[in-house]
Amino acid sequence: MADKHKLLEVKGLTMDFGGLRAVDSVSLEVHEGEIAALIGPNGAGKTTFFNCVTGIYTPTKGDILLHPKGLATRRLNGLKPNKVTEMGLARTFQNIRLFPDMTVLENVMIGRHCRTKSGIFRSIIRSRGVREEEQQIVEDSYQLLVKVGLGEFANEFSKNLPYGAQRRLEIARAMATDPFLLLLDEPAAGMNPQETAELDQLICKISEEDRIAILLIEHDMKLVMNISNPIYVMEYGKKIAEGSPQEIKDNPKVIEAYLGEETDA
Amino acid sequence: MLKEFRQSLLVSIWFVFLTFPLMVVRVNTTESIVEWRWMSLVWVAVASFFLSYLWRYMLARQQAKKKVEEEGVQQLSKAQLLLEDMTFRYKAMGVLLAFSLVFPWIFDTYQSTIMISALIYVVLGLGLNISVGLAGLLDLGYVAFFAVGAYSYALINHHFDFGFWACLPVGGVLGCLFGVILGFPILRLRGDYLAIVTLGFGMIIKVVLENWNEFSFGPSGIANIDRPGLFGIDMNIDGSTTYIYYIMVAMVVFTILITMRLRNSRIGRAWIALREDEIACVAMGIDMARTKLSAYALGAFWAGMVGVLFAAKTTFINPASFTFMESAIILSIVVLGGMGSILGVILGAFILILLPEYLRAFSEYRMLAFGAAMVLMMIFRPQGIISNIRQKYEYKGLKEEADNG
Ligand SMILES: Nc1ncnc2c1ncn2[C@@H]1O[C@H](COP(=O)(O)OP(=O)(O)OP(=O)(O)O)[C@@H](O)[C@H]1O
Ligand SMILES: [Mg+2]
Repeated sequence: MADKHKLLEVKGLTMDFGGLRAVDSVSLEVHEGEIAALIGPNGAGKTTFFNCVTGIYTPTKGDILLHPKGLATRRLNGLKPNKVTEMGLARTFQNIRLFPDMTVLENVMIGRHCRTKSGIFRSIIRSRGVREEEQQIVEDSYQLLVKVGLGEFANEFSKNLPYGAQRRLEIARAMATDPFLLLLDEPAAGMNPQETAELDQLICKISEEDRIAILLIEHDMKLVMNISNPIYVMEYGKKIAEGSPQEIKDNPKVIEAYLGEETDA
Repeated sequence: MLKEFRQSLLVSIWFVFLTFPLMVVRVNTTESIVEWRWMSLVWVAVASFFLSYLWRYMLARQQAKKKVEEEGVQQLSKAQLLLEDMTFRYKAMGVLLAFSLVFPWIFDTYQSTIMISALIYVVLGLGLNISVGLAGLLDLGYVAFFAVGAYSYALINHHFDFGFWACLPVGGVLGCLFGVILGFPILRLRGDYLAIVTLGFGMIIKVVLENWNEFSFGPSGIANIDRPGLFGIDMNIDGSTTYIYYIMVAMVVFTILITMRLRNSRIGRAWIALREDEIACVAMGIDMARTKLSAYALGAFWAGMVGVLFAAKTTFINPASFTFMESAIILSIVVLGGMGSILGVILGAFILILLPEYLRAFSEYRMLAFGAAMVLMMIFRPQGIISNIRQKYEYKGLKEEADNG
């Protein structure tokens, strides 16, 4: 594992909301090819951690370093979210944030925005290049929909999709930005066991076929233990443990904080 | 049904009771007698019962429809299905264009004048539709850009004697520029705050025009602005009106074409995404500042252009033409027509501008009817006359899908 290329390196990340320290010097690394997980009880600061990494919040302290393969290292602190996405880091949201009055396909097409470039004037003239690019966006987006199993819904409004499908659409939309690291915030929330199992496969497929590293927040322990390694555990803003699924299962601190009742049952 | 009937009955009794002293009893002071007008009591009772019943019935229908939609069944009305049919759309457009071309030959100059102002509002509505309807950026001071266009032509024409055609693009570009100037400070604002700042911007422009006498000639305005020229041919009023009418038709076609292309482009999608969810939009890699500024600038462009034409048409402008009322009407056009829908905005403009013209008899009740129409609209059809028609795309898997399904 040590020889793998390090993609994301977070050092001592701290985020204060007024007097509340939501994230307290958390360090974390994601390597190439990994499916890492960030777990912890409600209110532990996981989503806040994601928001800091993706530029939605500017962290109070700490470093967020991105090491894209073959490119110079970039510090993400204070960068705007769209810049972070452009650098190859895409995310989904815990409380689904699709574009409800756009079709499923259009939702994914938005993801292609930062990888395409037709400007205002060329769009008005609608030159050949623009039309070709537009068609390419449609095809690419459709392929992504097929990948997450939503091909047949392409022309539906996204607000009419069932819950589980909306979550998968968020993943497709994030993948449309061509990331090398995907951050998923509770992708299985609200899904039934069947849907969760499908999601499980989808995440593995993305990791293997598309060579995208994944960092996911999840409450569904079965999913986490199945697919992710390493696992980071947070409680009250602090990182309390990290390691392989087995190490996490056996860690007394984690059992006390979080897993205790669940693993015994 | 029975419940609604009973409630309406109660409402009507209550109304009769309330209006009894006003509508029924009349003290005739000259003859010192009390007149009892029982007929008006009947009228009040019947009218209030009927209106109340209608109101309840419509509300119930609305609820039922909402329930059906929540169950996931998307119902498209017949009209909407027809609109999605491309061949029908092209045919309808052809007929409309032909009609608008022969219009000045069928009707008199008065009608053409009315039509010109309706078309001006169509362009204004389409322009505002870019920032409000597509990008979701409320703008209560849109008329300011219209004023910028009108004054730029009036002033350039007055001082330097440049003609209409030279000033048309200048007006548009200046409108754009002011759009960007307004856009910068409000990049971070949302909702109510945005509304207030844009409202203020509209006011500022008007106050400046009213008070900066050396620059804009104050409240007295600028007169004798040249009408549009056609290779130096001398035209009488009628001819000139017809000419302006045609320019206006061309401008509307041009606006529709360009806004349509913009809406279905990469930029247009970014605007809509911004309207739908700002945070998700930036998280998907869209530059918010750039997208917002372009929406404001392009929206303002049309107002600037059409402002030039407005000045050329009326040959006289003063700040009184650019009040908040105008902004409100343009915004109503967009909301009434259906946010984001080009066809809806065009319909909205015709309804809101032409109806009051032709119902001059009721002109005192104009604003009343206007307000009532907006309130009813918001209750029964909040999405506007024409709701969002989804864009369909062609992709490779499409055919197989159709074969399987
Ligand atoms: N914008 C904010 N302003 C103030 N406090 C915030 C803000 N966002 C989050 N918090 C607080 O920070 C703490 C961590 O919240 P966060 O949403 O990161 O938890 P989480 O680990 O994602 O929980 P969950 O599992 O419920 O999603 C909470 O106490 C929350 O109330
Ligand atoms: Mg969370």
